[in-house]
Amino acid sequence: MKSPAKIAVLAAAALAGVGILSGCSSNSGGSGDGQVNLVVAPVLPGATADALTALHDRVKQFEKKYPDIKVKAIEYQWTGTTFAAELAGGTLPDVFNVPFTDSKTLANNGQLADITKYFKQTSTADKWNKNVLDVATGDDGKVYGIPWGPYAMALSYNRDIFTRAGLDPDKPPTTLDEIEQDAKTISQKLPGVAGYMQMTKDNTGGWELATLTQALGGHLEKVGSDGKVTVTADNAKTKQALNWLKALRWNDDAMGSNFLFDWSGINEAFASGKVAMYMSGSDVIGSLMQANGFDQKKYGVTTFPLASNASAGILSGGNVDVVNVKDSPEQIAAAVKWIDFYRTQPTVDKSAAVKNAKTLAKGDQAVNAPTLPVFDKATWQKNQEWIKPYDNIPVENLKPFTDGIFDQKISPEPPSHTQDLYGALDPVVQAVLTDKNADVDSMLKAVDTKIQALVDADGK
Amino acid sequence: MTSTVTRATTDAPGPPAIVPAAPGRGPASNRSSAPGSRTDDSARALARRRRHNPITWVQRGGLTTLLFLLPLLIIFGVFSWTPIVESVIMSFQKTNLVTAPVFVGWDNFVAVFRDPVFWVALRNTGYFAALALLFGYPIPLVAAVLMSEVRRMKGLYSVLAYLPVVIPPVVSVLLWKIFYDAGPTGVFNTILSWVGIPPQPWIQDAATAMPSLVLQATWAGAGGTIIIYLAALTSVSPDLYDAAEVDGASIWGKIWHVTLPQLRGILFITLILQIIATAQVFLQPFLFTGGGPVNSTTTILLLIYQYAFTNSLGGAYGQATALSIMLAAFLAVLSVVYFRLTSRWSDE
Repeated sequence: MKSPAKIAVLAAAALAGVGILSGCSSNSGGSGDGQVNLVVAPVLPGATADALTALHDRVKQFEKKYPDIKVKAIEYQWTGTTFAAELAGGTLPDVFNVPFTDSKTLANNGQLADITKYFKQTSTADKWNKNVLDVATGDDGKVYGIPWGPYAMALSYNRDIFTRAGLDPDKPPTTLDEIEQDAKTISQKLPGVAGYMQMTKDNTGGWELATLTQALGGHLEKVGSDGKVTVTADNAKTKQALNWLKALRWNDDAMGSNFLFDWSGINEAFASGKVAMYMSGSDVIGSLMQANGFDQKKYGVTTFPLASNASAGILSGGNVDVVNVKDSPEQIAAAVKWIDFYRTQPTVDKSAAVKNAKTLAKGDQAVNAPTLPVFDKATWQKNQEWIKPYDNIPVENLKPFTDGIFDQKISPEPPSHTQDLYGALDPVVQAVLTDKNADVDSMLKAVDTKIQALVDADGK
Repeated sequence: MTSTVTRATTDAPGPPAIVPAAPGRGPASNRSSAPGSRTDDSARALARRRRHNPITWVQRGGLTTLLFLLPLLIIFGVFSWTPIVESVIMSFQKTNLVTAPVFVGWDNFVAVFRDPVFWVALRNTGYFAALALLFGYPIPLVAAVLMSEVRRMKGLYSVLAYLPVVIPPVVSVLLWKIFYDAGPTGVFNTILSWVGIPPQPWIQDAATAMPSLVLQATWAGAGGTIIIYLAALTSVSPDLYDAAEVDGASIWGKIWHVTLPQLRGILFITLILQIIATAQVFLQPFLFTGGGPVNSTTTILLLIYQYAFTNSLGGAYGQATALSIMLAAFLAVLSVVYFRLTSRWSDE
């Protein structure tokens, strides 16, 4: 059985197999004549035909401006679950976007391309707000991506349900107590509707608990003057937040009967009228319209209430367009040109902004979903004026949010092992909602121990 | 069994012929079929076979064999054995699949054992397997026996029983997720209200979540097992039933003394297959609950998935592979022990 010949042949067969595999992952970036090929991924799978047509228009404009760059736009959704495997397998697009929470860690892990040199050549390089650009900056001080579409956490509500429950949809709740009161009223008057709900699954439970904690003025992680991170999930504000949820759930019975929601699950429940109010990103109407066919006339949004103490702030997030770490320098240069053209220019350049807004309106996509400024408030306001003729969400529905957001202090997410922390907090939120006697204290202590161990392991 | 006499008479620097080799162990045991006769011929043949070298290998058609084997070798090698070997290697590494992996010894295994969720997952998986065994194992057997007794419309019952298997698993779980709506207007809760039972929390409560998953898994999996049992039942000789009837056996007597013993071999196989399948349950907890509420439905495989993938930053691949390997090793050992223990019964 184990003759040398057989072993040799087996080895040859195995090598042939490896050859087949490695053939798949070769990345052919440029061809001999100086032309650069670029695969970009700016649309989600299932985008409407109108949206795709518009995208192809913009690709053509870009290729006209840069004749040496050949752009192929694909439908793609970045997910953490497949990212590392796609990167290793060589099937990742050259340009894709990742959430604020992940960009910094990916950069420090060596999983994103350093774009500093080419970023500095863009016209807006010096205009960036340092705090915003920080999410795309690695610990080495280099730039690894270009942020766009930042949002603040907000309270989305169904105006239709408010009216049916006898509440005034133009006067949404402004404190946690008012949210509780309104939620109670809705659940009592409209059986089967959860007055208030928030996410609990796939790390979103921790994400929204972090929002509540920071809105009350607490922090899940503290960074010392020496840069050392201490995990502090077991703190008074987090417990206050959990107690608020507990009261809503068990005293008021205002959270319905289903408690396992991830991001898309709760959007579905809200769009189908099973949830009246929920904590969401301020730009979520874009997804509600695109994925759930939600009627934007029923949509209301307001700022999420902050406690009156000085450390209370609203959690924010957003997207960062990043470049495949395996790309050649020519591809990285082209990729940065594309991101600047596609993402940044529409926020600072009138004709690009108008063209973009027209396209979205034509595809029945949200034009004026509320976001935060990328540069400064003045630029943002100018941009809002440019796109005003194409607005397709009733401006008065967004007013409670847009009026209040600039008075809120923006508070960044916990800096270290953010997703691990959120994941560890999911069961705590679930426990409060499904077990009347949940032992919150010991669960939070366990979270501290677990995440602190991960943080400390990094330092070694 | 053949003897090993020939071996001793030829090139025997080994033990003398008197010592009988254990059956199936000596190299000669499965060869010469006529001990004693033509000793010289077989001895020479044996000597020739002893000399393994590339030339004799080619002469005996080794190339043809290899040619026919090649597609299988490549497919298994590329898609099965290589990943297995790589995951064994990865379980001793820290890697994000991009930068160079670092060898960390047993650290990944230690980390798994130190993770409190691991013990919860272990308990949950055991609980799922036990519940599935309690409900999922007897139900298909009872259904199959009953269906084989039915005289008319046998086909219809088979189709109805098999229908859940035809529905894509993900679709059926998502459907059941809607049925399991814990509100008073949920499908199952509405049905329960007809007979005066109050709304149940189903997958929204730590106590009822796991039984709810088992219920769906049993519904989804029973059809396949029923078909296997039905096929096995047709091979039970009617003579045995006739004989039992003549001896005055009741229906239960016939099932107990004829049907079950005759299905024994199949029953042993389906049992171990079910244990292996339940130890690897993933679909139901992943789609129904994501492991919640409060980790009450986190199973070993879901935990492996969470290690590797839910931390969106290219998580703990080392820990994921370490736990996978431990699970594979456990199931392999379990299967061997199981077949050792039951071989006597099922061989008869």
